[in-house]
Amino acid sequence: MKIVVCVKQVPDSWAEKKLNPTDNTLDRDAADAVVNELDEYAIEEALQIRERLGGADACTVTVLTVGPEKAIESVRKGLQMGADDGVHVIDDAIHGSDAVATSAVLASAIERLAPDLVLMGSESTDARMSVVPAMLAERTGRPQLTFAGKVELDAASSPGTVRIQRVTDYGYDVVEAQLPAVVSVVEKINEPRYPSFKGIMAAKKKPVETLSLTDLGVEAAAVGLTGSWSSVQDFAARPPRAAGTVVTDAGDGGTKVADFLSAQKFI
Amino acid sequence: MAEVLVLVEHASGDVKKVTFELLTLARSLGEPSAVVIGDVTDDLVASLADGGADTVYVASGSEYGDHVVAPKVTALQAALAASGAAGVLVPATAEGKEIAARLAVRTGSGIITDAVGVDAGFVAQQSVFGGSTLVHSAVSTGTPIIAVRPNSVAAEPSSGVGRRVDLDVTVTDTDRLTTVTERVAQQKAGRPELNEAAIVVSGGRGVGSPEGFAVIESLADSLGAAVGASRAATDAGWYPHQFQVGQTGKTVSPQLYIANGISGAIQHRAGMQTSKTIIAVNKDPEAPIFDLVDFGVVGDLHAIVPQLTEEVTRRRA
Repeated sequence: MKIVVCVKQVPDSWAEKKLNPTDNTLDRDAADAVVNELDEYAIEEALQIRERLGGADACTVTVLTVGPEKAIESVRKGLQMGADDGVHVIDDAIHGSDAVATSAVLASAIERLAPDLVLMGSESTDARMSVVPAMLAERTGRPQLTFAGKVELDAASSPGTVRIQRVTDYGYDVVEAQLPAVVSVVEKINEPRYPSFKGIMAAKKKPVETLSLTDLGVEAAAVGLTGSWSSVQDFAARPPRAAGTVVTDAGDGGTKVADFLSAQKFI
Repeated sequence: MAEVLVLVEHASGDVKKVTFELLTLARSLGEPSAVVIGDVTDDLVASLADGGADTVYVASGSEYGDHVVAPKVTALQAALAASGAAGVLVPATAEGKEIAARLAVRTGSGIITDAVGVDAGFVAQQSVFGGSTLVHSAVSTGTPIIAVRPNSVAAEPSSGVGRRVDLDVTVTDTDRLTTVTERVAQQKAGRPELNEAAIVVSGGRGVGSPEGFAVIESLADSLGAAVGASRAATDAGWYPHQFQVGQTGKTVSPQLYIANGISGAIQHRAGMQTSKTIIAVNKDPEAPIFDLVDFGVVGDLHAIVPQLTEEVTRRRA
């Protein structure tokens, strides 16, 4: 069993984020860079699947990222948590790619690595589109099992099958498919481990392959700001909200709120 | 004038409110057409006409719900081909965005998600980074596919022609790669969906326990509101994960948002900052949520919220 976990390096989700005025792309220097939190859940799920299948002899976990030089830190984090190896797709031409272009790069890498299972977070905390897993399934012709709150794998049969609980507004759907498949996970699925000291030391020796667009056979013109099919035209800071009224409860706080709701015609 | 397609969201024979919002928006961009997929009744088609659709494209069949997303993409693609539409609007729900994503790849079209408005020429307005930044985005290739957040525009129904066109859709084997074997409902019946609700009542760390959410639910029910929760509350297991509002949960933009026992860290603000009116109850006067509010009360929610529920019930009686 071969698992590839797609991870994205994003600005720290607890920090204020900015756009770059020169080309309207994300200002990646304005905040500390971290692994997209939801992708950590995907890494953890991959590691747990490997453990259930009997460890490294039965299953390998590869961490894949697309991004600038610094993005290798997000691969390292996965290796420290326990993944076996990493792949970093890096190319200056990729800067400014939208989701459609990014999914093209990822899909080419997935085709090259040919995993049984692709795992990833259901969205990134910076762009928050939640579209790349579906695009990857579309591009690679693999079944789409997204928003998984639970993943069960049957690797004994051939081809293996995967069953998830797809989280919905009303609860969840149980969805099944044959491998190879694309699965995205939500945060309730597990509790990601922290890298141990041993894990951090071991990660230094783990191999990370670097790939360019040429290696993947992707045209530079198909990605980046020029190859993207959508773009930001302009942006501005939202004007701050006008200061509201804050009162201290003197036993009539609920009534005061009701008065406000009445005045605003909500009740 | 060119057609603008609206992907219809419907359940149990009823059209969801967001569909009427999108039809209203479509009217400002061209000739509004609805695309309705799944179990389609005559009443459903009629209510889409009443909501403003001049053409209603119908892909009827029970199979659409049996597989994740892909067959619906094929149906929407068929509607796009039949109509030659200038643009496609879908609701920015989890499934709506996935349908849009796959349609974009299939048709070589650009996609914009989480728009809060769409101007002439399909220039989308987005509110990003937790509502701190307003952005204008546009599609440069193919047919603009734009996912619009519920509650972004007020629905103004205006009777459309309602011409019905049944689509000839060929669902492929690739569309059937996944199988939905079971649907499990966990949400209490009778409450509006979090994404769509006009009023959302949320609870956070200050609620204190799973039992504490009873007061939040009572207030929500008195107002006909949806219930939300902060990450602190869902992480603690006090309320189910799918109700989380925030950066790693749902983004809501209701007319009224009432935050109870929620401090207002950026993690939470990112999911609710664009609400039209914000009320907060929190015992900490320094809580950042108070920077956002139209009205706030410093105090114990376990005293204030039940009193509020009683007042709302009395005044509405």
